[in-house]
Amino acid sequence: MKQSIFTIKENRPLTDLVWLMRMAGDTSEITAAGQFVNIQLDGLYLRRPISVFDCEDGMLSIIYKVVGKGTEKMTTLPVGTELDVLTGLGNGYDLEKVGKKPLLVGGGVGVPPLYYLAKKLIAAEKKPEIVVGFNTADEIFGVEFFEEIGCKVTVTTVDGSVGVKGFVTNALEAIDYDYICTCGPEPMLKALYRATEAKGQYSFEERMGCGFGACMGCSCKTVTGYKRICKDGPILEKEEILWEK
Amino acid sequence: MGKMNVNLCGIELDNPVIPASGTFGFGYEFDELYDINVLGTFSFKGTTKDPRFGNPTPRIAECTEGMINAVGLQNPGVEKVISEELPKLYKVFNKKVMANVSGFSVEDYAYTVEKLDSVDEIGWFEVNVSCPNVHGGGMSFGTQPEAAAEVTRAVRKVTKKPIIIKLSPNVTDIVSIAKACEEAGADGISLINTLLGMRIDLRTKRPVIANKMGGFSGPAIFPVAVRMVYQVAHAVNIPVVGMGGVSSAENVIEMMLAGATAVEVGAANLVNPYACRDIIADLPRVMAKYGIENLSDIIGAVK
Repeated sequence: MKQSIFTIKENRPLTDLVWLMRMAGDTSEITAAGQFVNIQLDGLYLRRPISVFDCEDGMLSIIYKVVGKGTEKMTTLPVGTELDVLTGLGNGYDLEKVGKKPLLVGGGVGVPPLYYLAKKLIAAEKKPEIVVGFNTADEIFGVEFFEEIGCKVTVTTVDGSVGVKGFVTNALEAIDYDYICTCGPEPMLKALYRATEAKGQYSFEERMGCGFGACMGCSCKTVTGYKRICKDGPILEKEEILWEK
Repeated sequence: MGKMNVNLCGIELDNPVIPASGTFGFGYEFDELYDINVLGTFSFKGTTKDPRFGNPTPRIAECTEGMINAVGLQNPGVEKVISEELPKLYKVFNKKVMANVSGFSVEDYAYTVEKLDSVDEIGWFEVNVSCPNVHGGGMSFGTQPEAAAEVTRAVRKVTKKPIIIKLSPNVTDIVSIAKACEEAGADGISLINTLLGMRIDLRTKRPVIANKMGGFSGPAIFPVAVRMVYQVAHAVNIPVVGMGGVSSAENVIEMMLAGATAVEVGAANLVNPYACRDIIADLPRVMAKYGIENLSDIIGAVK
C-alpha cells in the first residue's frame, strides 16, 4: 500500500452513469489486476474504493459508476485536479492459478478490473474470452477496450436489446473455457457459481471503512475462516466462498 | 524542542499519542507502513473471552465529518490473541501495549484479563464497559455506576497492572460513572467511546447499517469528547485518556488542556493510515507555536 498524490489527466463519461478517469502518479504498488485504490475527496470523510481498470507507466485508469455523493463529486473534477490516493489495496487475481482457457465474466460496473486482468493474462500467454452483462443497451460500456487487445467479447443484456438475451450465465454454454475470473454484483456471482463446474476467482464488493484491513468493516465468512474483503480479498477462490445472504 | 513524554498510570510514554482500539488491529499490519515504535503505545483490537465474528455487513456508514461503525467486536478470542496475534506484534513493537478487553458478563471480563495478565508486554488494561450485560437485561455496563464498578472490582482482583476503564458517552451523568470506577479501584479512565448513531438510505428506505445503529466517531464528535474529558478529569484523581474525533496535533493539545494525560486517535487512522505518525511528527511545531515546553505541564490546565 502506498499513499500518494495523483493528477487527473482525463475524466469523461462512457454512458449516462459510467465515467472513465485517468490519473498520473506513482503506480508502483499496483501489483495485480483486481486490486483497488481508495480515493480521498474534499468534504467527504471516508475514501472511495474503486477498482483498477488499467495501469501502465505511472498512469492509473479507473472506471466508476455514479451511485452516490462521492462518485457524483468525482464527475465534477477537472483535468489537473490533484487527488490523495491509497494504491495497491487488496489481493488481486492470482494469474498462476488461472487455467489455459480462461473466461472473464463481468457484470455492470464489475467489468473494469477484468480489462487489466485480460492484459495481464495475454502477457502470461493465457488469452481470455470475455462475457459482459448489462441490463439494457444504453448501459453497455467497455466492449471496445477488450476488442482492441484482441479478445472475443460476448455481450448479454437482460432485455435482449443487444447480444444474448438474459444473464451472463446464458452465454456460458457456447464458450469453451476451463477457468473463470469474475467481478460483478453478488446475485450474478452466485448465479455463476452455480451455473459452472469450472474453478475460478470471484471478486466481491462490500461497504468499507478504511480499505486496508484495519477496521474490520467489510469482513465476511469463508470456508477458510473470516476474511476482510479489502485486505484478504476482494478476490476469493471459488472453493472458499460461503454464501450467507 | 519541547518534551512530549507523559506518565500514564506509572508507565512513561515517549509521547501521548495512542491509536485507539479497533482502528489499528494488533498493530503489526501498520508496521508495513511506518515504524510503529514512534507511537506512545497503542490499544489493541477489543478482545473477548470467545472468538467473535461480529455483526452482519454492511457495518459502516459515512456521516458529515465522521462515520458510524457496527463491527461488533470481531476478534479471534483471547486464546488466539495470545498465541497468534501478540507474537506477531512483539516482532515489530518494543514498547508496552495497551490491552483492550470487552465482555458480556462480569465473569467474562475477569476471565479475559486474567488470561492476558501473564503477558509481559501488556502495560495497561483498557476495559471497555460499553458492551451489553447479558445477565443484566442487555443494558450496557457503562450506563450504570454500580455495574461499571462491579466490572472494575472483578478485573482489579485478577491483575496488578494499571486498569483504565473506557467509558461510553451514551449516559446522562458520566461523572458519577467515572467516580464509581475510581472508587472501585480503577487506575485511569478513558473516554469517549463512540456515540450511538444511525443513518437511513433514502433510496432503499432502510438503515444503512445491517445492525441499524452503530457507534458514531470522527471529527464531528470532538467537541463532545473535549467536554466530557473536561468534566471527568476535574472530578476524579486518576489519569484520563481522552479520545473522540482527534485528528491533529492541535486536537491532542486541546484534549490535554481539557484534562487528558494521553490521547487516543481512532477514526483518523482509517482515513489516513499514517495519521498517528503525522500527528506525532507535527506535535513539536504546534507546541512551539503555542509556547508549550513540556506537554505534561498542560494536562488539565483549563480550570
